[in-house]
Amino acid sequence: MATWLLSTFVLAALAPWLHRLLRAATPWVLATYAAAMAVHLATWAPQVADGATPRVAWTWAAALGIEFSLRLDGWGLLMAIVISGVGATILLYGGGYLAGDRRLGSFYMFLLLFMGSMLGVALADNLLLMFVFWELTSLSSYLLIGFDHERPAARAAALQALLVTGLGGLALLAAVVLMGVAGGSYEFSSLLSRGDAIRGHASYPAIIVLVLLGAFTKSAQFPFHFWLPNAMQAPTPVSAYLHSATMVKAGVFLLARLTPILGGTAAWQVPLMLAGGATMLLGAVMALGSDTLKRILAYSTVSVLGTLTMLIGVGTPAALHAAVVMLLAHALYKGALFMIAGAVSHATHEYEPERLGGLARIMPWTATSAGLAALSMCGLPPAFGFIAKEAFYESTLGASGWSTWLTSAAVLGNVLLFAVALRVGVMPFTARATQATTDAHEVSLTLWLGPALLAAIGILIGLSPAVCDARLVVPAGAAIGAGETPPRLALWHGVGPALYLSGLTVAVGCAAFAMRRAARLAGIALRKPAAWGPESWYHGCVAGMNAVATWQTRVLQNGYLRVYLWTTLVTAVGLVGYALLRGADLTDLPLSWDLHAGETVVCALILLATAAAVRARARLAAIALLGAVGYGVALIFVFFGAPDLAMTQFLIETLLVILFVLVFYHLPPFVIYSELAARTRDAIVATAFGGMMALLVMAIGGGHDGPRVSDYFAERSLGDAHGRNVVNVILVDFRAIDTLGEITVLAAAAAGVYALLRLRGGRARLPRIAVEPRTTIGSAKRERAETAGT
Amino acid sequence: MTSVILTTTARLLHPVLLITSIFLLLRGHNEPGGGFSGGLVAASAFALHAMAHDARQARRALRIDPHVLIGVGLLTALSAGVMSLAAGAPLLTGLWTSVHMPGLGEWAIGTPLLFDVGVYLVVVGITLLIILCLSEAE
Repeated sequence: MATWLLSTFVLAALAPWLHRLLRAATPWVLATYAAAMAVHLATWAPQVADGATPRVAWTWAAALGIEFSLRLDGWGLLMAIVISGVGATILLYGGGYLAGDRRLGSFYMFLLLFMGSMLGVALADNLLLMFVFWELTSLSSYLLIGFDHERPAARAAALQALLVTGLGGLALLAAVVLMGVAGGSYEFSSLLSRGDAIRGHASYPAIIVLVLLGAFTKSAQFPFHFWLPNAMQAPTPVSAYLHSATMVKAGVFLLARLTPILGGTAAWQVPLMLAGGATMLLGAVMALGSDTLKRILAYSTVSVLGTLTMLIGVGTPAALHAAVVMLLAHALYKGALFMIAGAVSHATHEYEPERLGGLARIMPWTATSAGLAALSMCGLPPAFGFIAKEAFYESTLGASGWSTWLTSAAVLGNVLLFAVALRVGVMPFTARATQATTDAHEVSLTLWLGPALLAAIGILIGLSPAVCDARLVVPAGAAIGAGETPPRLALWHGVGPALYLSGLTVAVGCAAFAMRRAARLAGIALRKPAAWGPESWYHGCVAGMNAVATWQTRVLQNGYLRVYLWTTLVTAVGLVGYALLRGADLTDLPLSWDLHAGETVVCALILLATAAAVRARARLAAIALLGAVGYGVALIFVFFGAPDLAMTQFLIETLLVILFVLVFYHLPPFVIYSELAARTRDAIVATAFGGMMALLVMAIGGGHDGPRVSDYFAERSLGDAHGRNVVNVILVDFRAIDTLGEITVLAAAAAGVYALLRLRGGRARLPRIAVEPRTTIGSAKRERAETAGT
Repeated sequence: MTSVILTTTARLLHPVLLITSIFLLLRGHNEPGGGFSGGLVAASAFALHAMAHDARQARRALRIDPHVLIGVGLLTALSAGVMSLAAGAPLLTGLWTSVHMPGLGEWAIGTPLLFDVGVYLVVVGITLLIILCLSEAE
């Protein structure tokens, strides 16, 4: 399984070249790869069903006890098969959907990147590793939603999805760390047996809140559902894959995976049932009130995600089992319906189901797959969706509390989804032909084969559920705490309450479909209150954050170098001075005045040059005098046996002179604008900083006992690092990672300088440095006086 | 404004400065020097060239774009660190081997030297990126 995971990432990196090499054959090759992965994973099923959980692990951060560990249990296996299997159809479909697009190579890359990340989420045993993959799915989702990055709407939707899921990701990271602390391990497999310790831990409530935040944002649960319909800006293959079949299931997947560890308490179950139920109904209602095919499907996905969350919240073995069945059935029919919607829009350039009709004759293959998928979505026999819905009803009927409420909500949600399924899966093909559909045509093989396969599999499993029940569904349920339930999936369950409810659903669903015009009007009426809904909170938060950032930038980054310097120096003096006064013994400073002649002369020179530089009336003089100060300091380094420092200081001073010469002609005339008050203030700050530094050096130099790091370095330098020059050995060996960081920062800073110099005005031109006498004290007064004078 | 004295001096000094910079780089591990100061000296050689002639001449003498130098330098330093990863040691652990050079005896050669070469290249690249850009702006 590690091989498949890593090879998917490698393939993602190679995808653009592969595409250039193979052209039209690329989707077939990639789809074969994904299908082979699905089949190979399926061959593990009997072994996993027998209770085996193959695990591989490599050392990752040994000091923290973190391993790069993968583990295949029933739940992960089911998810991995869905990811790779649906992925195969999507890769094929995507190649046809975006055929001729020049960015197709990067599309394959992003899609495979996502596939690898999602497989990682499904297979990771280490919580932190799972988190890394989790974030990678958010990132690849961002890239894919914003694939048409020329469109502002796509960019906005991509950013929204990234911010919402990213927020949840941060919460999840905190939850992971807390769980690791409470349970004493970061491995799912070890935590499984420590559920009691975690449930009894003081941070259990915090863990729940954070996990729910992470899972609800990812799986678009109310009140975070709004990003998912907006994410329909993505190309249709992406919507089908990420935003219905797999990525949005990651939250539900995690909730189920954590149920044996965190579940079984009211604190876990009640929020899940409430949020799930609300999301289920809200999604179904919004689906009915939406206009375009993809938005309708997106809201119906939200609804099903709510159902899954609710079932995990109910938490009985039957409910968890039903969640597994529902997840599989939904991935099959919704993936197919999304692809069909894309194919229909591709053929007709029409996006609203009400304007479509009569496509059954024109697009027979697409229509057949749509019919089969809609059958499953409606929950009619013999489709797999029927079995899923029966399991759903049975589990809500058998729930220990709130059974009536849950069942009513379930029926209502299914009724609405029934109507939605007729609207998107049947009506465009059977209704009277419209203008948009008269010159439509059947889509190419790559566009109908994928959905046809998924829809057909949905029917096949429905006809003989035994093919996946004992090997896939039951082990998946067992892995998330459903226990060893006997295989129970069957098309015919006998007459019972569930069947009555199914009949009721069909009857009321047909009525709802007949009244779809009214339902739509109701849905549209709901948009008005929805304007104050969670999405407006999101916009409010983003606007607020931007306002704070603008304000903070204006205060901290106001563009005046002297204010930066001033702020930095005053802060340093304040903080270091405070630490010195509190922590250091300032009565016993090693002051000594026995300087030898050379030192005395250099010190005097430095002081003289400093005084002269302060009073200089010409820029050249000031530069030369500052250079003299620098060389003087370098000489002091020489006296105290630091030739490396001295040499570097000499070189830097020399280069500084060159730099000054280069910019000299571009600088404005050297005029002293500041008034006496401002200069006095600056003098105070400068003196305070200099005095503080001197005190700091003396406090560090004196009164220090115990081993010194410099002794250690001097001792080990030749033996361990083969160098006699300790300074350089520290730079390139002992502290090499610091140096690496420094040169990286330097390079980034150089890029910034280069951009400032070069890119302004689009050609090689040094910007004129504006004269800004504003912020110095008294300048405003003078300005006013000048304005009054003129 | 091309001064004959400056161009002549620069022509004479250019190779001397470059050799000095390599010298500083190579001896840095045992005597004062190293990639940082060596890089600064090398940069000053080309800065001198730019002042004696002009920035375009200096770029031609440099042959390699400073951007490339920065990138190659960072990658060199990083690769010196990654080598130890490949050898199973933590990132940036110094790996050493001994080479016998005729006439010079045993010489210890290790990844820190490669790292220092990376620092050298980055410093040359950054300094010249800024200096050449500034002198072109005139």
